[in-house]
Amino acid sequence: MAASTRSAEVTLPASTQIMITRQFDAPRHLVYRAWTTPDLIRRWWAGDRGEVTSAEVDLRPGGRWRYVMTANGGFEVAFHGEYREIVPDERIVCTEVFEGMPDAAAVSTATFAEQDGQTTLTVLVEHTSQEHRDMHLNSGMEEGMNESFDHLEQVAASLR
Amino acid sequence: MARAATTADAFNAVAEPRRRQILDALAGGERPVNDLVELLGLAQPLVSKHLRVLREVGLVEVRDAGRQRLYRLNAAPLKPIHDWVQAYQDLWTERFNRLDAVLTELKDREDDDGSIDS
Repeated sequence: MAASTRSAEVTLPASTQIMITRQFDAPRHLVYRAWTTPDLIRRWWAGDRGEVTSAEVDLRPGGRWRYVMTANGGFEVAFHGEYREIVPDERIVCTEVFEGMPDAAAVSTATFAEQDGQTTLTVLVEHTSQEHRDMHLNSGMEEGMNESFDHLEQVAASLR
Repeated sequence: MARAATTADAFNAVAEPRRRQILDALAGGERPVNDLVELLGLAQPLVSKHLRVLREVGLVEVRDAGRQRLYRLNAAPLKPIHDWVQAYQDLWTERFNRLDAVLTELKDREDDDGSIDS
């Protein structure tokens, strides 16, 4: 499985934004289904960091969503929000609040674009301030993130 | 125009796409400002302005070499940004790898359904 690992691409297009991009070897209606179906969300949303204990999805404009995971360290991480715009298989716009800092609501736009059976998923998270954006980048990552290798070397390599 | 206070740290300095282009160019080695002007297709005063911001936050250093001034990258101030973004990127990489597994299953199921239908 490790051999097929592909990295998510995370960029910061503006001081209030985070953009996450990844290509999937599947048509977009399936990526959309995996993205929006509670039983399927449970299987991917926690990554390797714990278990999803709750995934609620009321997929309609004005509907609410809430995901909760129990991290391996024992603490809970929860996000919730409200759907603003839904174009099935194409686009979902919703608000997004990390419950650890409830004042910082972001607007998240997920776009599913298919070409030749491959789907490019782009998630643009727009915060109201840079401070909130920066806190978001830290959300749910309080533990176990201190890699010992030399990041500086990577930075230099990634700039080439 | 008031000078934006937001360029005072490396994080903000690299939020500007042109400045990231300059860093990309300098990652390949030292360059005089004229090279950067040519590479970016921007007017020299604008390139100089970006270089000044990058120097202020320590991302770019300069030295005199004869009649030229050579600019070079100092990646150290990027480390905190990199650490930060890297942690977030790792989380999404894990999520997407699991999503791949879910998708493989959905595709198989759809193929099966298709064969039943036909």
